[in-house]
Amino acid sequence: MKKNESYEEFIKGIWRDNPVFVQVLGMCPMLAVTNSAVNAIAMGLATFFVLVGSSFLVSSFRNWIPKQVRISCFIIIIATFVTVADYTLLALVPTVHKELGAFIPLIVANCMILGRQEAFASRYPTRLAVMDAMGMASGFMLALFSLGAIREILGDGALFGMNLFGTNFEPWIIMILPPGGFLTLGVILLFFNWFKLKKDEFLAEVAEAERSSR
Amino acid sequence: MKKEDPDLLLFHAPLLRQDMTTPKAMRDVLYALLPATGASLWFFGLSAILVIGACIAGAVLAEWLFAGREARGRSLLDASGTLTGLLLGLTLPPGLPMWMAFLGGFVGISLGKVIWGGLGHNLFNPALLGRAFLLATFPIAMTTWVPAVATGGFFDVYPGNLALPFMQVQVDGVTAATPLGMLKFDQEVTPLANLAFGKVSGSLGETSGLLLLLGGVYLWLKRDLDWRIPVSILLTVMIFSAVLGLFDAARFPTPLFSVFSGGLLLGAIYMATDPVTSPVTPRGAWIFGIGVGVIVMLIRVFGGLPEGVMYAILLMNAATPLIDRYTQPRVFGRGVESE
Amino acid sequence: MTSARHTGTASPSSLRLVLTLAIAGLISGVAIIGIYESTLPTITANKARELREAVFKVLPAVSQMQALVHRDGELVAAEAVAKDEPVVYGGYDENGGFVGYAIPGAGPGFQDTIGLLYGYTPDQKLVVGMEVLESRETPGLGDKIYKDADFVAGFSALSIEPEITAVKSGTKSQPNEIDAITGATISSKAVVRIINETHADWTQRLPPPGAEPRLTETEPAGPEVER
Repeated sequence: MKKNESYEEFIKGIWRDNPVFVQVLGMCPMLAVTNSAVNAIAMGLATFFVLVGSSFLVSSFRNWIPKQVRISCFIIIIATFVTVADYTLLALVPTVHKELGAFIPLIVANCMILGRQEAFASRYPTRLAVMDAMGMASGFMLALFSLGAIREILGDGALFGMNLFGTNFEPWIIMILPPGGFLTLGVILLFFNWFKLKKDEFLAEVAEAERSSR
Repeated sequence: MKKEDPDLLLFHAPLLRQDMTTPKAMRDVLYALLPATGASLWFFGLSAILVIGACIAGAVLAEWLFAGREARGRSLLDASGTLTGLLLGLTLPPGLPMWMAFLGGFVGISLGKVIWGGLGHNLFNPALLGRAFLLATFPIAMTTWVPAVATGGFFDVYPGNLALPFMQVQVDGVTAATPLGMLKFDQEVTPLANLAFGKVSGSLGETSGLLLLLGGVYLWLKRDLDWRIPVSILLTVMIFSAVLGLFDAARFPTPLFSVFSGGLLLGAIYMATDPVTSPVTPRGAWIFGIGVGVIVMLIRVFGGLPEGVMYAILLMNAATPLIDRYTQPRVFGRGVESE
Repeated sequence: MTSARHTGTASPSSLRLVLTLAIAGLISGVAIIGIYESTLPTITANKARELREAVFKVLPAVSQMQALVHRDGELVAAEAVAKDEPVVYGGYDENGGFVGYAIPGAGPGFQDTIGLLYGYTPDQKLVVGMEVLESRETPGLGDKIYKDADFVAGFSALSIEPEITAVKSGTKSQPNEIDAITGATISSKAVVRIINETHADWTQRLPPPGAEPRLTETEPAGPEVER
């Protein structure tokens, strides 16, 4: 039962409550840095680190942090992790850091992270908070990756920098430009909503059939 | 299911007995475009059919695919998808790969019309939206122009048309700059007679100014078009270039050159007048037309691009709800002073 | 002192609020200083290496370099360069003989600032190489200023007297002309303009050929790290 519970917290962030596709949070990095799969993964990893780290700390200290200053404390904790991620990326992978640019420090403004602290980590035990953070961060990374992959494949004819279609591929330049981010995200959201609609319709039909057969 | 010939017709007011329906208006525009389409066949041969056909196919496929279960098929009957495809095709370069034209038609209808809720709900002209998408996506292919009169016979197709889907144009064909491009980048002026009769390079439908005007007159006679919009656009452009000509006649285009070059006639007569995306009030139509004319000239003369009709119309499309709101006539019986 | 205590509600004292924030800030500050100190050497080394690689790329046959600044009317080797001080890099061959300058320049491109480095040999008055260090030009079009090998190669022996001019692709006929990239005329012209302007800036300050500063023994420091 206990194990099941934390598994549930983990899995909900990936699909049912996906921070991007369902909650539509964290749009700024989502649209800005997903012009290639590598950038998307780097951004996802940085966010993963920040979110899991801050959720762990916030949850551990949740009984010591007074309610009145909780938001300030959350921000201090998040900002510290963001700075650590920023310098680490700058030292280890300067090329990726150059691509992501200002969007690494801007992780601090990602409302998904503060939202998880306020809505979950500050109310639940550490183990659940970490599972929840890992789930949400993985869901965020999955969304970043799917956007980055689609945009890189269409916009550059490549994935992770590997050429997929040979040299004659005509790149869809709009896809690596900002409008491509909006278009791709819009189409994915469209698909998610359509899927949800169909699922609800199907469930309603099943319920109807059950009622009439009774 | 609806009966073909229902016994009782229910309509809301105004109950006018006149022979004007959406499909009929759309078909009129199609007829009006026939001369210009014919001219594109004459100048560019089979390539014109290929590019325009691919656009229409893309547009109609999107229309069919995204229609609701009941409306499927019926939405095709009003010919608006076909018209969007034809208009888009006429704005494209003749040497464009067919797959790009197809994609443009598909995107134009799906992002430009269906997603807004169908015909009558869209903010932007679908054909121009498709073209804007293509221009942003394939900037090189969309600005590669071929000479107007094909070197070979009617059945010689530009090699670019046949590029495989998702692939680039393989062969380097003969290219030629458009009159506006020549003016902007090489300071060369094209003779006016060539502009009027279409002996210039450019997109499929924009080359022959006189035939476009002819179609415009037909539409005006059929009352399918708000004459204020094209007239105000063309007047604004002419006045603008005349004023510029006063400062430096050598550097700026003459009024007639401005009118007959580029896609101005095509845009002003057939796209800016789209009843869905242009203001409904007479005063609004004037404002809309003047806005388009000013933006066109600003982009052409001072911008980085040689041609700006598409962006001008799209920008004014976005301003249309606002224009409509501020130009609404006073309702009878209610005055300014009655609060 | 605090009203909360007197009213008897459960809200904590102001002192506690302030203390909590102070402690959080303190811990955070220590953590940030820690990570800054521990990553600084790598970051500095990365920047210096990047710069060396760029200099060696724009100046062929160079194996040593040093930063040069213009102080008191002459060009001297600099141990440390202040952040805003204009600097050029002198390139030297294995024996310490002077080869040419690598000069950084920046200016507006089509989208945003283009930063570049070009190699210049004063005895031949030639631009011998160009490397774009930073740009946000349109992918697929403007970014050809560093992705198009032909365009970059065009800078490998380019006369800068009186100045470089970009001409329509395929029409280069003079030693000071370079073929602009088809479809990216604005970006190509921006690169040429940046080089011309930077050159006009520096040409007065460079010593006559043969009187360049010698290579100093110590390996010069890279540019100051910004943060």
